[in-house]
Amino acid sequence: MSDPIIAFFIFGIVAGLARSELRLPSAIYDFLSTTLLLAIGLKGGIELAKQPFLALAPQIGSVFMMGLLLPLVAFPLLRLAGGFGRADAASIAAHYGSVSVGTFAVGIAYMHSRGVYYEEHMSLLLVVLEIPAILVGILLARGLSKQTQWGSVAHEIFAGKGVILLLGGLAIGWVAGPTGIESIAPFFFDLFKGVLALFLLEMGIITASKLGSLRRYGLFIIAFGVAMPLFSALVGGLLATLLGLSVGGTAMLATLAASASYIAVPAAMRISVPEANPTLSLAASLGVTFPFNVLVGIALYYELAVWLHAAMGV
Amino acid sequence: MVEHQKMVVTLVTEASLESKICRQLERLGATGYTITDARGKGSQGSRNGGWDADKNVRIEVICATAVAAAITEFAQSEYFDNFAMVVYSHPVTVARAVKF
Repeated sequence: MSDPIIAFFIFGIVAGLARSELRLPSAIYDFLSTTLLLAIGLKGGIELAKQPFLALAPQIGSVFMMGLLLPLVAFPLLRLAGGFGRADAASIAAHYGSVSVGTFAVGIAYMHSRGVYYEEHMSLLLVVLEIPAILVGILLARGLSKQTQWGSVAHEIFAGKGVILLLGGLAIGWVAGPTGIESIAPFFFDLFKGVLALFLLEMGIITASKLGSLRRYGLFIIAFGVAMPLFSALVGGLLATLLGLSVGGTAMLATLAASASYIAVPAAMRISVPEANPTLSLAASLGVTFPFNVLVGIALYYELAVWLHAAMGV
Repeated sequence: MVEHQKMVVTLVTEASLESKICRQLERLGATGYTITDARGKGSQGSRNGGWDADKNVRIEVICATAVAAAITEFAQSEYFDNFAMVVYSHPVTVARAVKF
């Protein structure tokens, strides 16, 4: 909690709850999120330049499988225990199988401020984990319906702002390599935490605006918004340990698994499963899971990683 | 100056639909459109444009009466059930009618 970026997030929530006039202009928010996405992509790309890509294939494959599995666990829970309709349950499940770049960025800041090493190609796994849950979510809602326009779904996923910026950053980092990137490092890496602090201020304001809708959806969505990331973190942590990642890498993969999307999946679900209520899934992912992960979760997942490594004798 | 009567159809809706709707407008016979960012509150709650999922756009199309009717009907059948959308139209007087 000593990290000032977390204080910015709390400041945003307080300002939002106080109905303050404070808000960042939309263009500034776009600029901040663009900078963060590119910085995260670049970090991963530099790391990729240092090692053969094929060596990462087992990690990419198993993280993709995890992205398929997590929504399949969430869906029946939401249907049976939560009593949600098929479309809503599928949409929420997709949100929780996919990832939040904001949470990932806070995870990076957490590891840096504690001097914990983690595998920086984690950015690539972030992109990999973004996609499968969207496909599973659409299949859960629609089945193998001919009505689904897979072309426009693929366009929505790969041409969406988040994925394209991450992929662009990865490619530039990969091509430029560690020395080539030095000239732009002061902007993208030295300013990272400052940019993240402003981003979290706005996220705090947005989170506060979602808290009101939580009252409408009841206790289940709050319980799910906390329990699901804990379960996913355990799955992600176990997988990372089995894959031989470091303690920091294990904590980061657990964080990725635990995070819930609030940009890529809502956009894809809006187009592909329009009957699902977007306020419901965003209330859960932004109103509950994002603040939980930022304020409590990441520190918890780091402890989990330390424990898993000790318990499994790695 | 010669003036002509046309219709203007205005659609206020979710920004995520922008590119899809624009393609459909052209298929329905619109020769152009104007898009501005919009904020507001309605039956779907407050959409204050702060970030991606909360953004609205206002799409205005000046066109012939028949095209305006087609756009309104299409919007109703395609989007009214599941999306935040307001559609209204009224007559306008334009110069250079050949553009529309």
